[in-house]
Amino acid sequence: MGFPVKFARNRWYVAAYGNEITRKLLPRTILGEALVFYRTQAGQVIALSDHCVHRRFPLSESHLDGDNVVCGYHGFTYDPSGTCVAVPGQRRIPRTARVPAYPVVEQDSFVWVWIGDKDKADPADIPRAPWLDHPEWTSVYGMEPLNAPYGLLVDNLLDLSHETYLHGGYIGTPEVADTPIRTEVDDEQQIIYVSRHMDDAACPPFYAKSTGITGRIVRWQDIEYHPPCLYLLHSRVAPVGVLPDADGSDPGGFHVEVVYAITPETENSTHDFWAVARDFARDDEGVSDFLRESNRTVVLQDVVALNKLAEVLAAERDGYQELSINIDTGGLAARRLIAAQIAAGEGAEPARAPSTAATG
Amino acid sequence: MTAVAGLRDRTDSETVFTVEWVPGTDLLLGICHCGARRRFEDPVELWDWLLRHPEGHVNPPGSAEPPPPVHEPALSR
Repeated sequence: MGFPVKFARNRWYVAAYGNEITRKLLPRTILGEALVFYRTQAGQVIALSDHCVHRRFPLSESHLDGDNVVCGYHGFTYDPSGTCVAVPGQRRIPRTARVPAYPVVEQDSFVWVWIGDKDKADPADIPRAPWLDHPEWTSVYGMEPLNAPYGLLVDNLLDLSHETYLHGGYIGTPEVADTPIRTEVDDEQQIIYVSRHMDDAACPPFYAKSTGITGRIVRWQDIEYHPPCLYLLHSRVAPVGVLPDADGSDPGGFHVEVVYAITPETENSTHDFWAVARDFARDDEGVSDFLRESNRTVVLQDVVALNKLAEVLAAERDGYQELSINIDTGGLAARRLIAAQIAAGEGAEPARAPSTAATG
Repeated sequence: MTAVAGLRDRTDSETVFTVEWVPGTDLLLGICHCGARRRFEDPVELWDWLLRHPEGHVNPPGSAEPPPPVHEPALSR
């Protein structure tokens, strides 16, 4: 079973950070569907199909009139539900004059959008990343475009042994690749856990400079992946020998929550959202700047590698033979869960404007 | 330095598959939610076996010694 390329519909995906959505129209393609985002005057996030039903002009190239979008080509005007409320030169509005509106939820700094059958959208199904806007945590974040299928990023993030080789000098040390992993798959809840606990490891610059630890460390990496979109890495570092207390409190540990949202743009490109939240040095702007730049560098190292890998795979004949070893256990599990999600979402067709749309 | 409580708690799901990298070896131990356990050298074969549950998951839950699988090499324990 190869990495996934096709999309799992009837799922929530991160479309943007909340602060990206303003009173300015923002275009973004999600699972091959062109959407436009904006906020109403009351602050609600709206997501509509980006193509005017009339001649398909991008609504993102248009403008807002109050809470309505006015097409920049002929003036077709849509309210936040996607219903056309005005057309030029006539009073009768064709019955089919509307664009699809998408369910959206703003949560944990993200704007989530539902891609699939609207009546199946349940906000309770959205996985959480509460550190990103939690008052006791400080976050840095960004988004990088990736010219590769999203499945390559899933592979990448589920196997952190690559940190040793691709991210040496930033987050990788020899112990990462050398330490065995434990993998759990909760088939019912659709969650994959991959744990790697290092008892005595070198402290990479990412943690040495941010925590101030100068010696070797205990380093725990606990992945919690909610396919297809949300990836959480619960990271704990502490000086060697410093463990959580028996009651579960952890005054000697430094905690970093690394969050990725893996959102397919097309079958060959991906929105790579990343965030790093910490519970130490929370007011230290220098630490924030360092972690932001360091993590962005690491993400861009992945982007460069995965872009090259995508080029290689695109040029290969179908049916090439992969080789998987122990480090791939979590990634293989993710492929299987996502394949099941793709199958479950089949039949949920991309949102389309009515094909009979006409100007009357 | 505190963690946000509760997020790392596991659910009560009854369908959890576990794969442990056997210490000191290159082997993976697959543990099905039914209790069946089996060692593999190849993670692809491991997942094929786990997800075929209940087919081939014959050793009784709690069994200390998994039955010798077709692909399992001799182990020194």
